[in-house]
Amino acid sequence: MIPGAFEFHAVNTVQEALKLLNAHEDAKIIAGGHSLLPMMKLRFAEPTHLIDINGIPSLKGITEEGDSLHIGAMTNENELIRSELLQRRCPLLVEVAKLIADPQIRNRGTIGGDIAHGDPGNDHPAVMMALDAEFVIQSEQGERVVPANGFFLGTYWTGLEDGELISSIRVPAFSADTGFGFHKLKRKTGDFATAAATVVLRLQGDRVEHIRIAMTNVGPCAFRAEAAERILLGNSPSDALIEEAALAVQSACEPVKDLSGDEEYKAAMAAEMMRRALHDALQTAGATA
Amino acid sequence: MSKRAISFNLNGESVDAMVEDRELLVHVLREQLNKTGTHIGCETSHCGVCTVDLDGESVKSCTILAVQVAGRSVMSVEGLKDQSGLHAVQQAFIDEHGLQCGFCTTGMLMRAYRFLKENPDPSEEEIRWGMSGNLCRCTGYQNIIKAVQSAAKKLKNVEQTA
Repeated sequence: MIPGAFEFHAVNTVQEALKLLNAHEDAKIIAGGHSLLPMMKLRFAEPTHLIDINGIPSLKGITEEGDSLHIGAMTNENELIRSELLQRRCPLLVEVAKLIADPQIRNRGTIGGDIAHGDPGNDHPAVMMALDAEFVIQSEQGERVVPANGFFLGTYWTGLEDGELISSIRVPAFSADTGFGFHKLKRKTGDFATAAATVVLRLQGDRVEHIRIAMTNVGPCAFRAEAAERILLGNSPSDALIEEAALAVQSACEPVKDLSGDEEYKAAMAAEMMRRALHDALQTAGATA
Repeated sequence: MSKRAISFNLNGESVDAMVEDRELLVHVLREQLNKTGTHIGCETSHCGVCTVDLDGESVKSCTILAVQVAGRSVMSVEGLKDQSGLHAVQQAFIDEHGLQCGFCTTGMLMRAYRFLKENPDPSEEEIRWGMSGNLCRCTGYQNIIKAVQSAAKKLKNVEQTA
C-alpha cells in the first residue's frame, strides 16, 4: 500500500511549518506519521502537501517550570517513558506511555500527534483532561494557550483551527499527595483500548477534595465522567459510593460496536477500568482503606 | 510524477536513490537497493516484519517515507553479519529453532539486535515486552524468546572475554 501523491516538505522551524500550512490548502503536518500514513494508504486522508516537523529541535524535550511541566509536542512515547523528570513529577504519563502501541511505534509516535489527531482511541486526550493540562498552539497570528478540557469536540475533531499546530503541552506537576490510576483494556499489544480510564485525585483526610475521571474510546472522543466525579467529590469513597460512580461512568459511555465488543460490553468494561483506576488512585493518594 | 534524489547511509555505506515523495522506506530498500531481507507484512505498522534500525532506534520501515531518511543511517538485516560470520542473534535463532516459516524472522532479528543493545541483561518478561512489536503467525514465540535469551548470554560472554 502506497499513499496518494503529495509534495513533501521537511522544515526546521515552527515559522516555516506555519508558512507552508497557510500557503497550501489541504496541507497536513506529519509528526510520527503512525496514524496519518496508514490513513493515507487507505485514502481516508489525501493531503496534497505534507509538512514534516521532525526536524524542529524546539518541539522536543521535557522541562520543569516551577510547578508546571512543559512537554514539547514532538516528544515521543519512549522519551516519555525514559524521562526521569516525569517519573518524579508526573508518573502517570510514564505509565500511560508504556501501554501505548509497541516499542518500534513508541520511537515514532509523539504526544502532540496523539493529541492533535483526534482519534477517540488515542490515550493522551483523556489523560490530558484528567491532568488539567493546557496546549500551547501556534499560528502565524501568534500563540494561544487552551485547556485540554473543552479541546476534544468529536471524532477527528478538535479545537485546533486551520493553520495552527500544537507546539507544547503544559502539565501541572503532581504534589506528594496526588493520587493517580490508569487502566486500559486491550485485546493485545498494539491495539487501541477497548476501554480505558484515567483517575487523578487528592484527598483531604478521608474525603475526596479534587477528582478527575476521564474515559478513552467509549465515546466519539475522550470525555470527563463528570456525574461520577460529582458523586465522589467531597465524600469519603465508600464501596457503595464507588459502585454508584462506576454506574454513572457506565451510563455516560456511548461506545461504537466493533470487533472488540458491543456497546453493553464496552460500557461495562469502561466502568471496570474506572473502578481499578480509582482503586490505584486512592492507594497512591495514601488513603487508608 | 517528479522524483527527488536522496542519499543515506545503509549498513555502513552511502547509498543514493531517486524516490517519489510518497514512496515508503521499505519499498526503496527492497526494490531499488535490492535489500530484500526487509519483508513487507501488514503494511500498517502492526506486524513488525519490516523493522530496521534508523539512527540506532528500531522503526517500522512501512510507515516511514524514504525522503524522511535522507542524510540518516539505516541498518537492515543484511548489515547484521560481519567478516567473522553471523551475528550472535542470527546464530541464536538457528540454535534455538527460533523460526518456523521464517517470514517474520528478519524483523525479529533486527528488533532483537536493537533490544539487546537497549537492555543487555533482560528478564524473560522484559524480552516479551521488548519484542512485543513483532508478530509471528506460526506462533513460535517460545523459541523466539529462548533465542533472544541465548543471544543475550552469548553477547555478554563476548563482552567479558573481550
